[in-house]
Amino acid sequence: MSTPVPQNRSRYRRNEIAITPWLFLIPGIAFFALYVIMPIFQSFWISFHEWDGLGEKTYVGTAHYERLLGIGDQNMDRKFEVSFWNNLKWLVLYLLAIPMGLFIALFLNQTVRGIRIYKSLFFFPFVISQVVVGLVFSWFYLPREGLLNAILGFFNMGSLNILGDPTMATYGIIAAGLWPQTAYCMILYLTGLNAVDPEQVEAARLDGAKGWRMLWYVILPQLKPATFIAFVVTIIGALRSFDLISIMTNGGPFGSTRVLSFYMFEESLSEFGFRMGYGSAIATVLFFIMLGFIVYFLYSMWREEKEAR
Amino acid sequence: MFPTPIEKKSRGYQMTYQGLLPVVLIMWLLPLIAVAVFSIRPDSDFTNGNYWGIPSSFNFLENYGKVFFESDMPRYLLNSVLITVPTVLGTIALSSMTGFALGVYKFKGNLLIFFMFIAGNFVPFQILMVPVRDLTVNMNLYDTKTGLILFHIAFQTGFCTLFMRNFIRALPFPLIEAARVEGVREWQIFLYVVLPLMKPALAALAVLIFTFIWNDYFWAVVLTQGPDAQPVTAGITAFNSQYRAAYHLMSAGSIVAALPPVLMFFLMQKHFIAGLTLGAVK
Repeated sequence: MSTPVPQNRSRYRRNEIAITPWLFLIPGIAFFALYVIMPIFQSFWISFHEWDGLGEKTYVGTAHYERLLGIGDQNMDRKFEVSFWNNLKWLVLYLLAIPMGLFIALFLNQTVRGIRIYKSLFFFPFVISQVVVGLVFSWFYLPREGLLNAILGFFNMGSLNILGDPTMATYGIIAAGLWPQTAYCMILYLTGLNAVDPEQVEAARLDGAKGWRMLWYVILPQLKPATFIAFVVTIIGALRSFDLISIMTNGGPFGSTRVLSFYMFEESLSEFGFRMGYGSAIATVLFFIMLGFIVYFLYSMWREEKEAR
Repeated sequence: MFPTPIEKKSRGYQMTYQGLLPVVLIMWLLPLIAVAVFSIRPDSDFTNGNYWGIPSSFNFLENYGKVFFESDMPRYLLNSVLITVPTVLGTIALSSMTGFALGVYKFKGNLLIFFMFIAGNFVPFQILMVPVRDLTVNMNLYDTKTGLILFHIAFQTGFCTLFMRNFIRALPFPLIEAARVEGVREWQIFLYVVLPLMKPALAALAVLIFTFIWNDYFWAVVLTQGPDAQPVTAGITAFNSQYRAAYHLMSAGSIVAALPPVLMFFLMQKHFIAGLTLGAVK
């Protein structure tokens, strides 16, 4: 008590700038490691086992992957194959949200009266939960009561049972997913358009650029950060699609709308017993598909960090 | 400004645009409008096949009253609130600390940890599902709100760290240096210098996380079961099986379930969009 600066306190104070960040990081890192980082590796581990979630795990080596991919004298898992192709459809068609979002953003980027309310109302679908979007669209598609068929009937164009038809159901769900996703891309582009340099636009106008050429050569390059984020969130959203499928068709009709994320859930927590090992193998495949994109995203962000320094 | 401001165009062009706006909006929101109309129809309209004609009576109070007083809906709504609010608080607490550490200090591994948070934020939920469910069961937290909250806090910390760190980076650094010269301790810099400047970021994240968590369905199904702990997104499916084919009640239920984030959005629009479009402009 007599010394004004005790020994241990001075050691902390001498290294304060070196120690403080770690003290601030520990709780966040601990939580994140426990719930996000470690489970990834645990899932790899479980995928090499047969496990019902309760009893002992039995090691089965790569048997699950062989069954999934049809290595050896067995056929590829049909459900896996369907899910995989559906995932590809999701990925490709979901990207339509980006040009559609840009289109609506260009349409709304004006300063007429009340435009702010229009912008928020256009953005509205993104705020609603996917569960409700799924319900809203499954009622919209209903063969008898649905508005879609009421409209088609009005124009004498027959009727469709979109979610009941295995060839159309996946596209019907993707269309429902595009609704909020387009809204998201729209808001990204509206923000981006706000920041477009007016002097460059004026200069380009004096040079006689307008319409498509102006958009392509002057505006789009300046919207690159918005496009990048739209791309990231759309890819991730496409591969994460689960809620809509679960709500709208529950994988049906005849399993035609399954995607990997849904098939994994179905296997792991199915009513015929929990096949967590097989489920984890599906999740691992999905993870590695996603990893390709994640590495690309991180690489782009990392390059920017380097430039910023 | 692009496209060319409408004021510079002809009068006819302006009129067309003004007229087109509401039409396009109605088409855009058509599925939602359909549900809103369903939700105020009386039961008899459905038995008579009057789906799209004029509602034979305006049953707003009856239908929504049933949702609130004759179903488990209020319980699910309360669960959602009790899950969402602690998650928002916990996430913001954790990520303002990690964001501060990664944004202010230069040390080895800074970028690596930062990128670990971003990467973890992008992984598919399914790769986490089995171990997280197992962990929750082992902690005796399966089918509790706490189990769901803990996971949500951990996962959302990834995205929020990205947000907070970039926000703190944009703050004027000399401010922190000046405080250091004055002999202010590091944790005091966090509390009294940085935190007050982060208010807009905190608000943006709060509304954003509120919406994300309120709308979560996957984890609600994986980690909870029944009306004791399930949030409204999962509860709505139980509600719908209770009122199978009663479209007026199911529609009213969905609208109630979707409403809180919508209100949040309209009240805090500026913050919400600032959070969502982070990085969309340089």
